[in-house]
Amino acid sequence: MKNSYWKKNIRYIKILLSLWFIVSFGCGILFVEQLNTIQIGGFKLGFWFAQQGSIFGFVAIIFTYIYLMNKLDQTQNK
Amino acid sequence: MELQYWIWIAVGLSFSLYIGIAIWSRAGSTKEFYVAGGGVHPIANGMATAADWMSAASFISMAGIISFGGYDGSVYLMGWTGGYVLLALLLAPYLRKFGKFTVPDFIGDRYYSNTARLVAVFCALIVSFTYIAGQMRGVGVVFSRYLEVDIVTGVLIGMGIVLFYAVLGGMKGITYTQVAQYCVLIFAFMVPAIYISFLVTGNVIPQLGFGSSGADGIYLLDKLDGLHRELGFHEYTSGSKSMLDVFCITMALMVGTAGLPHVIVRFFTVKKVSDARKSAGWALLFIAILYTTAPAIAVFSRTNLIETVSNQPYEDMPGWFDKWETTGLLGFTDKNEDGLIQYTADTTTNELTVDADIMVLANPEIAQLPNWVIALLAAGALAAALSTAAGLLLVISSAVSHDLLKKMVMPNISDKGELIAARIAATGAVCLAGYFGINPPGFVAATVALAFGLAASSFFPAILLGIFSKRINKEGAISGMLVGVSLMLFYMLKFKFGWFGGGTKADWWFGISPEGFGSIAMIANFVVTLIISSRTPAPSKDIQELVANIRKP
Repeated sequence: MKNSYWKKNIRYIKILLSLWFIVSFGCGILFVEQLNTIQIGGFKLGFWFAQQGSIFGFVAIIFTYIYLMNKLDQTQNK
Repeated sequence: MELQYWIWIAVGLSFSLYIGIAIWSRAGSTKEFYVAGGGVHPIANGMATAADWMSAASFISMAGIISFGGYDGSVYLMGWTGGYVLLALLLAPYLRKFGKFTVPDFIGDRYYSNTARLVAVFCALIVSFTYIAGQMRGVGVVFSRYLEVDIVTGVLIGMGIVLFYAVLGGMKGITYTQVAQYCVLIFAFMVPAIYISFLVTGNVIPQLGFGSSGADGIYLLDKLDGLHRELGFHEYTSGSKSMLDVFCITMALMVGTAGLPHVIVRFFTVKKVSDARKSAGWALLFIAILYTTAPAIAVFSRTNLIETVSNQPYEDMPGWFDKWETTGLLGFTDKNEDGLIQYTADTTTNELTVDADIMVLANPEIAQLPNWVIALLAAGALAAALSTAAGLLLVISSAVSHDLLKKMVMPNISDKGELIAARIAATGAVCLAGYFGINPPGFVAATVALAFGLAASSFFPAILLGIFSKRINKEGAISGMLVGVSLMLFYMLKFKFGWFGGGTKADWWFGISPEGFGSIAMIANFVVTLIISSRTPAPSKDIQELVANIRKP
């Protein structure tokens, strides 16, 4: 039981850290030029990710983790 | 009302608030002094962490740096926020579960070694002192600029205030003043931003105004790219640094953020593990409000500046131009003597020099906002500098009184004795920080990168592996930390201070700047730790159980 808790936690962390990498290093740095060819409103998409999108993404990632772990903690207490 | 009166009122009111909180929250035990008793609400802790984290540099300089760097400035935006994801997912909950007072506590216990503890104390002290000198200087600068006192008096007033609430209240006093300071600083940052966004784009939300168009119907960012091309600068929305360097700097800042001791200790102050996760989330949300607004301010003020000055007669410049010219933040030399201001990327023909700080400091005047907004800005900048200074101060005092004295030199010291030692250490640290604030060593600016690089190359791998691997032992961790820190120090000294033969940009290893080198030193730390650990005996059963226990909810 304890072991499966840790394994699930590790799985959440892996998935969420991949998202963390994609929104910042991926969209904001590595593929910024390709994404900059797409324009939404006044923003070039790559530039938007680098200066706005990645930060919103980070906030969403942490709150998702909080939600998932609270749920996982509850199954432990039963 | 006169601007000076407004400023004295804003600063006076905010300072009396901090003093009031300090008197209300005196610390009575070491637990209160180091971790505020361990019962802080996650939202309050989120605010305190945000204030702790956002320094004078975030408040005053960051928008300006982005304004001049355009896309290049993104490294700070992503780097100084992305670290919270690492904190929330990888470090904070486990360190809270571990339940001690300081970062060297964890390193010393997990690696069952006072040598490891000592290395950690050394790193914590270097990182914190580099940082705090800059904060004290920031306090002095704000005072001198707005209140027309000299820098020394400004630093002394700042020292007095911090001394009062940090020494009296310890972490407890610091936490609740930081909550108040967050409210002051975010209000002070947002009010002018919202005003300016509305003036320029008609949209009250700066994050949206950023991507809107001005009165002429052209998108701001497109217009700015065009202006930049005309004047010979690189396009605002694309960078001038190499992709590898941008990658490394961003990584070093993120990992450094997650490894900074004054940020980590904030997570020791909450009641339980789930609260540590929650406060990381709230902290980032509170930080994101400022960090997503800063790039918007950068664009508004950059456009404003170019349109106001470029190719305009010097005679016709508005009043703020003269005012900031006398402070030395703006400079104009009419090289071709045509009476017009030529602002270009080419240094031989460029006639205007602009300090990055002006973008936030002069913004209200450029946008002709009322005097009380300017006063608010002064109080906000002071709140940002003082809150960070106090957080650092606590790390320094606890490293001395707890990690060195209690854990190594005098294990039998009573709680009362330790509390007195902590207060003396805090007082000493304030005085030293004040000294550096008044006589800033030339390396302060250069060493901010060092602080992040050091945190990234020392603490982060040791803490991360200490939690996620049971196999890592003290031999591995200690040699990893030493290799990481030495490599980072070597690179910084070589390329920032010209030691070991010095070198220029062309000599950078793989084209990576000293700011980004923390990433490489961190990787070196990981590699060394893993290799040495695999060739030396595994840690004892007790330690493996300690790790297993940290992982339980």
